[in-house]
Amino acid sequence: MLKEFIKRISGTVTLSLFSLILFAQTTADSNEASMDTTMRSHDKIYVVMAVCVTILIVLFLYLVRIDRKVSKKERAL
Amino acid sequence: MKFTWWKIVCIVFLLFTFTAGFLVKVPHVGNLYQSIRNFFFHVPMWFGQIALLTLSLFYSIAYLRKQNIKYDIYASEFAKTGIIFGVLGLATGSIWATYTWGEPWSNDPKQIAAAIAVLIYLAYIVLRGSMNDIDKKARVSAVYNIFSYFIYIPLIMILPRLVQSLHPGGMEGAKGGGNPALSGGSLDATMRVVFWPAVIGWVILGIWISNLKIRIGLLDHKNLINA
Repeated sequence: MLKEFIKRISGTVTLSLFSLILFAQTTADSNEASMDTTMRSHDKIYVVMAVCVTILIVLFLYLVRIDRKVSKKERAL
Repeated sequence: MKFTWWKIVCIVFLLFTFTAGFLVKVPHVGNLYQSIRNFFFHVPMWFGQIALLTLSLFYSIAYLRKQNIKYDIYASEFAKTGIIFGVLGLATGSIWATYTWGEPWSNDPKQIAAAIAVLIYLAYIVLRGSMNDIDKKARVSAVYNIFSYFIYIPLIMILPRLVQSLHPGGMEGAKGGGNPALSGGSLDATMRVVFWPAVIGWVILGIWISNLKIRIGLLDHKNLINA
């Protein structure tokens, strides 16, 4: 029962976390401005890093998913 | 998931590579400037390929010894992932070369040798596809795989070092380049700290991907293997 609930809600919770990094509707106060300057500092190298890390993380999530699916099939034998 | 700890090590090391690789202070070498960071990403492709093709060789030998079709699946999947790593190595190398050597393909001995090596292993896949008899396919391709490995190693490790090369490690005038990636002194200390975790991470990632494909292959052929 609890497991089912967690399963249902986990996607919503995870995706809602992404709203924390969206700046579209916010005015730049001091806190967000500092984050902004970090990303723009050092000739914006952090932007490249963020892009590459995003790709890597999604690749890993995909691999783990495939791994889980194969494990499931193996257990079904 | 099987071997969870290895996979966690892989993820942690590669995330470290992809963050520290962009951020650490790198030495100024020639006309490389910041592109020296490619060393953390391009070179581990080749380390990964060597590791995967070596595993493929071992399983081909194991097949010829035991005649178990399982080992044939292992050998072919490791070789296929090895080809992917080789193609990625060639592609990333070409991008890097465009901005340091002036053109994507300058017929550098190591470029040519690496391309031939990839073609040799592509021929392995073609050879496998050309036979329907599973036992015959496994035996012939195992023999071919053993041969191709012993062409592959001289092609990428020995021949480029005997001639002048744009890659480090070639004969530079009278002095030989040695083995630039492995001998400790020639690589900057901070770069080494990022480079070796990158190599380990990519090798494990290659094995992980191959392992998934092997397990799918074993599931597909479970009737043959249990028989």
